[in-house]
Amino acid sequence: MSALLEAEGVCKSFGGLQALTDTSLSVAQGQIAGLIGPNGSGKTTLFNVMTGYERCHSGEIRLNGESITRAPPERVFALGVGRTFQITRLFFRLTVLENILVATQRHEGWIRSVARRAGSDAERRRAVEMLEFVGLGRLAARPAGELSYGQRKLLELASLLVADPAVLLLDEPTAGVNPTLINQLSERIRELNRAGKTFLVVEHNMEFVMGLCQQVTVLHQGRTLVTGTPEQVRADPAVLDAYLGGADDDDL
Amino acid sequence: MTAAVRARRSVRALLVVIALAILGVFPLVFSNPTTTTIAFYALIFMVSASAWNMFSGSSGYIALGHAVYFGCGAYALSLLANHLGVAAGWPVFALVPVAGIVAGLVAIPAGLIALRARRHTFVVITIAWMFIFQLAASNLGFTGGTSGLQPPTPLWGIDTYNRNFYYVAAVVLVLTVVLTWVVRRSRFGLQLLTIRDDEERARGLGVRVVRVKLIAFVLSAIPVGMAGAMYAYFLGQIFPQFAFDPLFDLSIALMAFIGGLGTLAGPLLGALVLESLQQYFTVQYGASQAYLIIYGVLFLVVVLLLPRGVIPSVEELIGRWRTRSAGSDAGPEEPGRTGDVVKAAGVR
Repeated sequence: MSALLEAEGVCKSFGGLQALTDTSLSVAQGQIAGLIGPNGSGKTTLFNVMTGYERCHSGEIRLNGESITRAPPERVFALGVGRTFQITRLFFRLTVLENILVATQRHEGWIRSVARRAGSDAERRRAVEMLEFVGLGRLAARPAGELSYGQRKLLELASLLVADPAVLLLDEPTAGVNPTLINQLSERIRELNRAGKTFLVVEHNMEFVMGLCQQVTVLHQGRTLVTGTPEQVRADPAVLDAYLGGADDDDL
Repeated sequence: MTAAVRARRSVRALLVVIALAILGVFPLVFSNPTTTTIAFYALIFMVSASAWNMFSGSSGYIALGHAVYFGCGAYALSLLANHLGVAAGWPVFALVPVAGIVAGLVAIPAGLIALRARRHTFVVITIAWMFIFQLAASNLGFTGGTSGLQPPTPLWGIDTYNRNFYYVAAVVLVLTVVLTWVVRRSRFGLQLLTIRDDEERARGLGVRVVRVKLIAFVLSAIPVGMAGAMYAYFLGQIFPQFAFDPLFDLSIALMAFIGGLGTLAGPLLGALVLESLQQYFTVQYGASQAYLIIYGVLFLVVVLLLPRGVIPSVEELIGRWRTRSAGSDAGPEEPGRTGDVVKAAGVR
């Protein structure tokens, strides 16, 4: 399996805080990879660096072997890396359908984008298809602000899917979501994975991560601690130390 | 459902036809020069407020410096007409679109700089641009300094004069409204709305926010420049303090707010009511700025009673009335007809 998305030797600091130190991560084509670690270990920062929201001081991000280190978020998305946010972000005053239509990618000049109606029939059909896939079909015409928390997560996922990205980065998809919707979500992720989509998931819900991911990377204080299968990670004493606070961590 | 949509669409089409008919026959029915002058000013502000709303209402970036483009349009027409020796009368109107393009060109660097900042900082920078232009116009040689410029005056009788200006402004208004409508239903317009709701996320979904904001900014400056050009030509003179007027910025923003920010009809309604009122008061009570008191009171009333503006609030009211009347068909007020209520609920 070749690496689809890689981060290599990423360093990032905010003022005096070293958020990421020589962090590396590799997601293979067709994999569901997990990224875990205690609070403040740098998971979201790594996501931000990988998707162009933050610039890293050193290190490289590669998609299909090509560097995307300096690409802005809009370019990263166009190249096929979609992401969701830890605190769900939607366009609350737009309808559910419009939220999805925005993400459809079109290669056109600005005059055409001004002159042509938003969403061709084919694009609308595909958007509705995606909504039905996540079970929000009947809410298409409602303002996104009316959705429940779990539904918002599903809508965020659907709006990425419409652009057919090669890899999806999900930042805590289960946080604040009720168990029924969590099951629905992991089922959808598995289904998409079977169809060839690659995932990188940041999660605190261990059951969810261990059940879903084929490879898990543990971050601790901005460093890559371990990478391995869920079983390997679960058995690793360093991981237990990081989560529970071992003898090595006395300075914290 | 589709029948209801179709019905609403035909009602809307009917309203558009009625509005166009009124716009067309107004100066023929009310030919009094005072009335047609007020009508002309109202059209100028309807153009400006709609164009402003296309950018600020959609993107959420409140620009308070569109007087820059109004003034640039006014000066561009006057300078071009004088230097090219364009004959007074219809030929000068050909310079109105040129003045719009000049305003659009000025908006490119202004937008590039101002749009680097977000929200509040953006507002302050746009205000600063306006004062820079006002100062420049008062002090530069080619703008005539504080004594301003005089574009050629057409030798038309008072009736024809007002009527001709009215119809040119009406055509510009129709074009502006068509532009805002096209933008609104386009993919570009949708991207603008996503910038209003969450700019960072919009970037994450591939929206090239810098480009989208700048294009919308420039597109909104062009009609405002055309309005300024018509205004200068109508008055026959232009001074820095009228061309680059901070009250113009506040007025068009207030018109859009009162009518309904981000709606198509809101700024039109707001501008029509406010500008007509202002002109009426000026005619009645002299050129005082007493209208500012009316502005203040109206603004307070709208903020307190209809915080989202007149058009959205009225739409909401109609919606509520519709659901209530649909409910009352089933008779919820009459306790003896529970069977019908259940039946109606089942149907829905």
